[in-house]
Amino acid sequence: MIRFRLERRLDPPRYLNWVVPVVSVLLALVASGLLLLAFGANPIDTYVAMWNGAFGDIFGGEFYSVSETLVRATPLILTGLAVAVAFKMKFWNIGAEGQLVMGGIAASGVALFLPDAAPGIPQNLVVYGLLMGGAAILAGALWALIPALLKAYLNVSEIIVTLMLNYIAILWYSQLFTTSWKDPAGFGFPGSALFPEYTWLPRFFNTRVNLAIFIGLLAAVFVWVLLSKTRAGYEIRLLGDNPEAARFAGVSMFRNIILVMLVSGGLAGLAGMGEVAGISHKLQQGLSANNGFTAIIVAWVAKLQPWAIVLVSILLAAVFVGGDQIQMTMGLPASVAQVVQGVMLFFVLGGDIFSRYRIRVVRQHAEVTA
Amino acid sequence: MTPEPEGGEVAVAIRGLTKRFPGVLANENVDLTVRRGEIHALLGENGAGKSTLMSCLVGLYRPTEGHIELATGGEPLHQVDIHSPRDAIRLGIGMVYQHFKLVANQTVAENVILGVEGVGFVPNMKKVEAEVAELGERFGLKVDPTAEIWQLSVGLLQRVEILKLLYRGAEILILDEPTAVLTPQESAELGVTLRHLANDGRAVIFISHKLDEVLAFSDRVTVLRAGRNVATIDTKDADKAGLAKLMVGREVLFDSDREDHDPGAVVLSCDNVSANDSRGLPAVAAVSFEVRSGEILGVAGVAGNGQFELAECITGLRSLTAGRISLHGDDVTGISPRGFIRRGVSHVPADRLGMGLAGGLPLTDNFIMKRYKSAPISKGRFLRKRAITTLSDEYIKKFAVSTPSSATPARNLSGGNQQKAILAREIDAGAKSGLTPLIVAAYPTRGLDVGAIEAVREALLAERLRGAAIILISEDLDELLVLSDRVMVLHSGENMGVVDAVQATKERVGLMMAGESVTQ
Repeated sequence: MIRFRLERRLDPPRYLNWVVPVVSVLLALVASGLLLLAFGANPIDTYVAMWNGAFGDIFGGEFYSVSETLVRATPLILTGLAVAVAFKMKFWNIGAEGQLVMGGIAASGVALFLPDAAPGIPQNLVVYGLLMGGAAILAGALWALIPALLKAYLNVSEIIVTLMLNYIAILWYSQLFTTSWKDPAGFGFPGSALFPEYTWLPRFFNTRVNLAIFIGLLAAVFVWVLLSKTRAGYEIRLLGDNPEAARFAGVSMFRNIILVMLVSGGLAGLAGMGEVAGISHKLQQGLSANNGFTAIIVAWVAKLQPWAIVLVSILLAAVFVGGDQIQMTMGLPASVAQVVQGVMLFFVLGGDIFSRYRIRVVRQHAEVTA
Repeated sequence: MTPEPEGGEVAVAIRGLTKRFPGVLANENVDLTVRRGEIHALLGENGAGKSTLMSCLVGLYRPTEGHIELATGGEPLHQVDIHSPRDAIRLGIGMVYQHFKLVANQTVAENVILGVEGVGFVPNMKKVEAEVAELGERFGLKVDPTAEIWQLSVGLLQRVEILKLLYRGAEILILDEPTAVLTPQESAELGVTLRHLANDGRAVIFISHKLDEVLAFSDRVTVLRAGRNVATIDTKDADKAGLAKLMVGREVLFDSDREDHDPGAVVLSCDNVSANDSRGLPAVAAVSFEVRSGEILGVAGVAGNGQFELAECITGLRSLTAGRISLHGDDVTGISPRGFIRRGVSHVPADRLGMGLAGGLPLTDNFIMKRYKSAPISKGRFLRKRAITTLSDEYIKKFAVSTPSSATPARNLSGGNQQKAILAREIDAGAKSGLTPLIVAAYPTRGLDVGAIEAVREALLAERLRGAAIILISEDLDELLVLSDRVMVLHSGENMGVVDAVQATKERVGLMMAGESVTQ
């Protein structure tokens, strides 16, 4: 009789960090291929269509499709980093969505009202970019400070508070673009007035790819340095792994909850600013598209590694954009893309066990059974 | 292969049992026979495979190879398959675990019938109580059947556990390290009870790594080493040194070399310190004592008598409800844990993975826990990788920590190596403070094998010679009396007195542990 046994790897080899996820994604494609067959679609054709939708003829010098994928990935990178910082401390911030929205509202407020309120401020991209960014970081951070303080002082579950604050932020933002901040010259359509052109983040190569993606990449470097190179990052890791050991080492839980949530909320807030100042140029329906929730998947699949968050964000964005494409060209329901995503998530998260354990095949004589 | 025992009917026979876990061979071809009417000690170091072997007997594990034969319920010796603890109970095998499995807000009688088949939907409690009282009378296990569990002392709880087994008609009783939580006097009473049970024709197996108990209580002893049965001998033919040699595989010295030298200045002084436990109940009651440079103050007491809370008080982790603590003459009452660290206080906590280490983080991160805030480990807000590597390599080498690399998660190390890693860090942190270090070591050798125990004890003695003030909390009286200069005894959070370790006897300390105040 042959049996399989899992054995813990005492010192997991480093190459597994990329071999396991890559193999997992490939296996996920095979598995979702079977599902596609069940839908009556040719998996190869479907994947080709998804590839074309997400990356296009990238090697032939056609960049439109890939640019849309990068645009879709940008807020995922920032919110993914935001939740990863908090998750590293096992502070379950599932409120990145609301923090993003608050950042978007704050940046919009600056772009819409500051030029009239303070005409003395130089009206150019550098000044307004910094002001909008600062406002977005501040708004996201303050929104995240609420659950942080409740947790630090009263030990209130951050999961509930961050989750509920999402809806408050989203409903407030809906109220703004449909009522308070609605463009008077907008023929009654919901949405704010267009921002002044000098507040628009510069776009590149005639696509919608804009400065925000570089902000995202810089943020990844920032988070990487913060978590792995600094004393503050060490305290966060210690608190995340064993709060008792952290207390023993004299680390203040209180201080770090506040710090982590300010960073986390600030990063999510920046994502909101990137969306309004880089893409829509006004406050309108569909500011976030669930980025703050997808971010949780991104962070988890990337095992909270900043560079991996960038890659996973692009991969998931490609599946989204490619999924839109197969809906149009293959006539498949849009939810097929979500199915593919779900399967991928299963395989990547499930594959994780193989980087921590090895499989051992055991041949043994048939057991004596009574 | 052990010879078949003479006399006495065999109650249980384990034949060629092997139990394999992933990467670990816990038991290898073990033979063991236990007769009715005998107390059979199962002796071995931690990790020798005692608990695994017994877990196979009570159906928690299934043997990889080999089988078990039983003669219970009036049947002759025959092969059985024990799939679950329920099977084991049905076959007349019962076990008292180290951690009691009792419901705190139910009565003794209610706990006894919990899970028993055939007591009816509405049990006749009067009848059960009478039965329990009768059983207690018969075996010297007196407990009030109507008392609620939370009202009882640890010694009584253990009696309830044994009564549970007897009520279920257990013919083979297994006790896992039953004396770990008892005072010496309670242990002696347990010995009498075990004898009653054996004389009644039951088989008693008791697991231990304490040689004195094994010699005092048992009729025969089986020694396990590295998962194998190395010997089964009649206790009357055994002596301490011989058993220790069988257990460890080499000669063991029972006395550490504690050089005499005079202690120096007072490092820590506690003045009427009181504190609550985590549930808010008083745990430490007006305890006063001093520790000087170059001395080891042992703290004795039955587990749960305030030692744990006291250790947290004098390391700044628990706030006081009353009293004063001073270090090097300065009042430090109420300052932060970091303040204690900065004043040279090191702490080897009782719970290695619970508090001493961040198990999921690499050793490097665990090594810098006490020093990451200062040069050379960090510079400004940044950590310095090279300095961390140097420090880790130094610790690993100096304390012979056996690990694949310094990047290995602390959790993956053996208990002994985890303890060495903690000691390396704590001893160094104290030395780097620039003040006379105070080392608070709580149960530093618990669960370690003999080699690691020696390493830990030697490290503590070396620090003592170098002038550190050391507080050693332990439940092992032999260890306390061998290592300490003075021994303080705690009972119900109170200081029952401090005795000179050289003059103290185990009996005397035992009486103090039971709550008798003894003045010198």
